Amino acid sequence: MTHVSETAEYAETASPGEGDAAPAATGSKASRTPSPWRSRLYRWDIKASPYVFVAPFFLFFGAFGLFPLLYTGWASLHRLELTNLDDSTWLGLDNYTNLLRSEYFWNALGNTFTIGVISTVPQLAIALGIAHLLNYKLRGSTLWRVAMLAPYATSVASASLVFTLLFAWDGGMVNWLIGSVGFDPVNWRESSWGSQFAVSSIVIWRWTGYNALIYLAAMQAVPHDLYESAALDGASRWQQFRHVTIPMLRPTILFTVVVSTIGATQLFGEPLLFGGTAGSKGGADHQFQTLGLYLYDQGWINGHLGRASAVAWLMLVILLLIAAVNMLIARRLRKDR
Amino acid sequence: MKSKARPLGRKAAGRTMHAGPFTYAVLALFTAVSLAPLIWTAIAASRTSGRLAQTPPPVWFGGNLFKNLERAWTEASLGDAMLNTTIVAGSITIGTVLFSTVAGFAFAKLKFRFSGALLLLTIGTMMVPPQLSVVPLYLWVADLQWTNQLQAVILPTFVSAFGVFFMRQYLLQALPGELIEAARMDGASSLRIIWHVVFPAARPAMAVLGLLTFVMAWNDFLWPIIALNQSNPTVQVALNSLGTGYIPDRAVIMAGALLGTLPLLLAFILFGKQIVSGIMQGAVKG
Repeated sequence: MTHVSETAEYAETASPGEGDAAPAATGSKASRTPSPWRSRLYRWDIKASPYVFVAPFFLFFGAFGLFPLLYTGWASLHRLELTNLDDSTWLGLDNYTNLLRSEYFWNALGNTFTIGVISTVPQLAIALGIAHLLNYKLRGSTLWRVAMLAPYATSVASASLVFTLLFAWDGGMVNWLIGSVGFDPVNWRESSWGSQFAVSSIVIWRWTGYNALIYLAAMQAVPHDLYESAALDGASRWQQFRHVTIPMLRPTILFTVVVSTIGATQLFGEPLLFGGTAGSKGGADHQFQTLGLYLYDQGWINGHLGRASAVAWLMLVILLLIAAVNMLIARRLRKDR
Repeated sequence: MKSKARPLGRKAAGRTMHAGPFTYAVLALFTAVSLAPLIWTAIAASRTSGRLAQTPPPVWFGGNLFKNLERAWTEASLGDAMLNTTIVAGSITIGTVLFSTVAGFAFAKLKFRFSGALLLLTIGTMMVPPQLSVVPLYLWVADLQWTNQLQAVILPTFVSAFGVFFMRQYLLQALPGELIEAARMDGASSLRIIWHVVFPAARPAMAVLGLLTFVMAWNDFLWPIIALNQSNPTVQVALNSLGTGYIPDRAVIMAGALLGTLPLLLAFILFGKQIVSGIMQGAVKG
């Protein structure tokens, strides 16, 4: 491919109306090139290429991200059934009011919340502790880090299948272990808190190492002299952790809280596989049906795609609420300092 | 927090504290917890389903590993599924790395109108859950008669907002503005600059982004189980049908779980260091 044809390609894709966006410096540089025709192509290239470079991302994002997002809103206002995709009737807000009247929706919302809390809080607390330990000068530090991250490479499906077996009623490792220290076996799939704990443990196992690495990265960015001066003031290691590390990590902690919260809101694969054949119901009594599962159950098991769309939009509303609360807390924390 | 600046005549070597035996012990415990389920998967995959229903559960390997792996490979069509997943994850990785590098370069080093707003939009999309687009995507796929075809899974994740942001953050520092200026002076077109300046500078980050993307694409779950079914599955779809009673043999299920994870564990053994540093890099700057 010759140079000229490359530039010509850009000229074609350049959108009109960006003419005055060219940086002033371009003119003087372009005047160095011999032919005016070439220099014009060159200017087009400079002007248009940024848009050409970001275009693929936005084309795909528009087609498969933004458009579906809006279309989901439209679908949520219609009766749209899996069995008859070409037929949709306007319902207005009926899907939403029906959801808000459905006990299973509120059950799923409650389960999402409790599983979210009992998976996120221990996960981040343990991650913080591990990060602190990894931040010491260690022999074989890379090896430790890779080992901690191994669960991250395990898929939701594999991890959930393994944990389902570990938490099995008969012959499960967990029941055998608690039995060997004298406790009664727990029915991890049927009991409400037991199943929620089991589902949470999959999340905790998969993501703790990942979060530990994020904290470790932030810890390594804390200036050394802060610890030195704290040590000179007679602060113990624990006090240094509490009064130097934690405050310096506040933005990172907030970041992981937001990311984990988003992840918890979308929880889907773990409960689906943990439930086995009753997976999409979240167990026989819906005892661990999350919002993500409820959406799938409504849309692809019961075939109500319009209703599933309404669940999706309610999830977005919930996420925005959480984000707003997070921002308020962050602002509060900043003021307190 | 009170800041207590001290006149520092000495080197700030304060934080390089050596770990004591307690630290090693606790870390060893956590490492055991993080590796045990993986090792036990292999143990369970080497037993029979009858043995797995007995108490106490097996804690060491039995002799059925290859038989179970073979059954998972053929009966649960995990062989086909792994080939499919390799195609899917490979395509997504190529698309994401290529388009992220080019867009990241534009955001990091080129001046253009609306670049700030577009970057903000890009970052904003990372917050949108995938559930919000599955219904229209499904209608679309059904309309195009792409149900059970791999492009239905590839195209919606072909680009990534995280990737664009990741490459932008890297190129901000790794690519000196003078290098681009010099190339421009020589009359290089933008494509030439991408090829001869940007790609070489971005190569380490491209490799890391590629690994992270491959792991994510390999493990993607929600959309594939909606768009595909058992006739042409990815690994995760095949594992899902294993879990919902397609084959009720526990040992074969564990063999499937092991097979589905093995390629990524191998990647971890080979590139663990790069993956770790990639996650830590993304974290600090994100």
